[in-house]
Amino acid sequence: MKTALEPATLPAPADLIVIGAGPAGAEAAMSAAAQGLRVLLLDEAVAAGGQVYRAPHAGDKKSASSPEAVAGNDLRARLEASTVECHFGETVWSVSPGFRVDSLSAQGTRSWHGRALITATGASERVVPFPGWTLPGVIGLAGATILLKSQGILPGRRTLIAGCGPLLLAVAAGILAAGGEVAAVADLSPRSDWLRKFPRLASRPDLLLRGAGWLASLKRTGVPVFSAHTLKEVVRDGDQLVATLQPVDGARRPVTGPEPHFAVDAVTVGHGLVPGTDVTRLLRARHHYDFAQGGWAPDLDGNFRTNLPGLYAVGDGTGIAGAATASLNGQLAGLAAARDLGALADTVHEQLAARLEQQAAKAGRFGRAMAELMALRPAQVAAISPETVVCRCEDVTRAEIDSAIEDGARTVNQLKSWTRCGMGPCQGRMCGDVATALMAQATGEAPVAPFTGRTPFRPLPISQFAGDCDYGDIKLPPPAPL
Amino acid sequence: MTSPNPSPALSRGAGEIYDATIIGAGAMGATTALHLARSGMKVLLIDRGEICREASGVNAGTLTLHMTRAALIPHAMRGRELWLDAPKWLGMDVGARSAPGLSLAFTPAEREMLEKRAEARAAMGAPIRLITPAEARAVEPRLNDGVLAAAFCELDGHVTAYLTGRAYRRALTAAGVTIRENLPVSAINRDGAHYDITAASPDNRAPEHLRTRRLVLAGGVWLQSMLGWLGFDVPVKCLINQLVVTERMRPVMRSVVGIANGLLSLKQFENGTVLIGGGWQGIGDPVRGGVEAIPENLVGNVRLARHAIPALGETRIARIWLGLESETADALPMIGPLPGMENAFVIGCVHSGYTSAPCMGWLLSQTILGHEPELPLFDPARLMAAPAAQRPEETP
Repeated sequence: MKTALEPATLPAPADLIVIGAGPAGAEAAMSAAAQGLRVLLLDEAVAAGGQVYRAPHAGDKKSASSPEAVAGNDLRARLEASTVECHFGETVWSVSPGFRVDSLSAQGTRSWHGRALITATGASERVVPFPGWTLPGVIGLAGATILLKSQGILPGRRTLIAGCGPLLLAVAAGILAAGGEVAAVADLSPRSDWLRKFPRLASRPDLLLRGAGWLASLKRTGVPVFSAHTLKEVVRDGDQLVATLQPVDGARRPVTGPEPHFAVDAVTVGHGLVPGTDVTRLLRARHHYDFAQGGWAPDLDGNFRTNLPGLYAVGDGTGIAGAATASLNGQLAGLAAARDLGALADTVHEQLAARLEQQAAKAGRFGRAMAELMALRPAQVAAISPETVVCRCEDVTRAEIDSAIEDGARTVNQLKSWTRCGMGPCQGRMCGDVATALMAQATGEAPVAPFTGRTPFRPLPISQFAGDCDYGDIKLPPPAPL
Repeated sequence: MTSPNPSPALSRGAGEIYDATIIGAGAMGATTALHLARSGMKVLLIDRGEICREASGVNAGTLTLHMTRAALIPHAMRGRELWLDAPKWLGMDVGARSAPGLSLAFTPAEREMLEKRAEARAAMGAPIRLITPAEARAVEPRLNDGVLAAAFCELDGHVTAYLTGRAYRRALTAAGVTIRENLPVSAINRDGAHYDITAASPDNRAPEHLRTRRLVLAGGVWLQSMLGWLGFDVPVKCLINQLVVTERMRPVMRSVVGIANGLLSLKQFENGTVLIGGGWQGIGDPVRGGVEAIPENLVGNVRLARHAIPALGETRIARIWLGLESETADALPMIGPLPGMENAFVIGCVHSGYTSAPCMGWLLSQTILGHEPELPLFDPARLMAAPAAQRPEETP
């Protein structure tokens, strides 16, 4: 088995490595390759597309005609025709300056070297904890989307959908279209918030129309939509789940009022997206906190350069703005890298970039309006009850977090040490932003810096990582002193 | 809620003078601070970061005599007892558990090294004895069949190192120690009978001046630059140890497993996670801290661990991090009064220092309080010339 231990087997350094083959990364790779650069594109999935343009499963006729599937198929076809060297099924677990990228696949560990690096690792879903969110049968909106899109599987026979943002309606419509039943939709945002965003949303009439179509399909099937309602709790009752809703005010603070409840067999819930900053945090690039775009994100200049030379970041991992924006910005990031690597003259770069920048600005208005609807509100965090589990990997409750802060923890790294919050297999991807928000509220210091970036980005199976080897193959350093 | 740190206004208080100030809030400094405060002193503990967030909070938590330098065996044995007794004197269980310890040999060369090292440590009082591979497998049934020889020590164990800071913070607060975290010190000057400590204010206002009668430098890998404040020039080497922890898995081991050359420390905690250490090096330095792991060294370390306990192949690596360890030129500690400096002390650079930290801090506090320490200290004077200011005139 080949491992990172045999440098002779390393492929020659590329000009550019792109991590993540969603719309941002794939477009960045193609636009840089089009300028003659040797570009490597790595992704843990089996095909390009990321979450939004995910390849539908074979034989799924219905979703194959959705706008995402069409865009995704187009992306995959163009990538196929490009000179980009794609390596799918490679789970990137480490990045070192210079740049070296280490990945693990069924074939073992591999190292990749490149002069420049674009990270386009997308976003992960936030769920603000509530009693019952860790029960089997309760899944994320993003998870439900993947089930529907790539597997054609319904989350349940009868599903309650709660949270905020455009995925609410998309998932509801997807479930209905696949023949499932939607018990109700609970939207955390008041109707007035959607209306306030309307002028910016109108910049994408196609998407607005699609949203109206989703809403119409809910109306047609008589699905109740509760605006300004939060999912208060989910409890198990025999083989069913009972989900209780509670009204909220404009700040998303729970208020007294009727609390409708629904017996269902699945709950899908999501409270927005958090930029995936694993790579930029590990490399210690500078970051800033942007409430409206999902939280911590790397500092970028107008050409997607981080403050570290040769390191670029693009897509939802740099602030939530949606797939359309990610595609356009991806092309721009690829051009910027090509220019910086000497493959594109400054004047030509400026010409090529100008039109894309206009389109990206327009798409960005829509994407950011959506992101603001999904941003984490302080009242949501304040409403988490003491006994609610915040870190589901390690079963750490809010009360345990509060107690550690009471004992003097002032950074989330300290909090992690003292409570194990964020120490489990997800490495804080799920609880990180809520944990920092809890600490910010308790200490009055906002924003609180995120967890220090660590490898591996994903858990590494030891059997694959260590490979097959004899004792004699282990290269031992000199022994420790006696 | 009340802030655990006194407000800057209060701590800048009119001419307040501390009886003792410890710079460096790792386990060594924090233990020293705790005992001095409990003996009635007014104590200040300062750290450039947070309490026990460097080596003391991120080390492998191994309590093992197999890996302790022979000269430090008596200190390590006392330190181990103190960790196991932490609920009594520290007020909190830091997950210290007694476990048998095995050191293994897989090759004839390793067997030779194992025998030599076991003998040297036993001569210093460690209850280490050689056992057969069959006896080793009786202790640890899932050991690799290829073990050629093993050394056994019943006085090993492990601590959940990441809880250290919380335990000390509670105890120090209860003992009345003033704790100032995130307060980097930039200079120390002698001011009559006192030391004047210049520290950067966290809110970027004018630097603070803190005055103290006694001074303890306890800065681990930062001791070289800290001793420089007082004019001493002592090289301190910085080791960047890589650590690996797995996801939770079924119980696969109950002992602390190492190998003769010291390049592996392996144990499973009560929560099912397995910690893989052994001092394989990553990249970093005292200025930047631990910067990054070296993938080849991770592969080597993990291969070694899985070779010792093949069942580790069932689990996954959850997290990799780096811990800094300090080492003097002779790889022995610096613990004791600084030569030519009244009421100034240093503590640190202890190999496998986490194990013995509660003992070392206690010994130094005894010395500061004017008592004869129960175990020998490690005179820093052997490593240093007198401070520049007091050196005889040098010819240019």
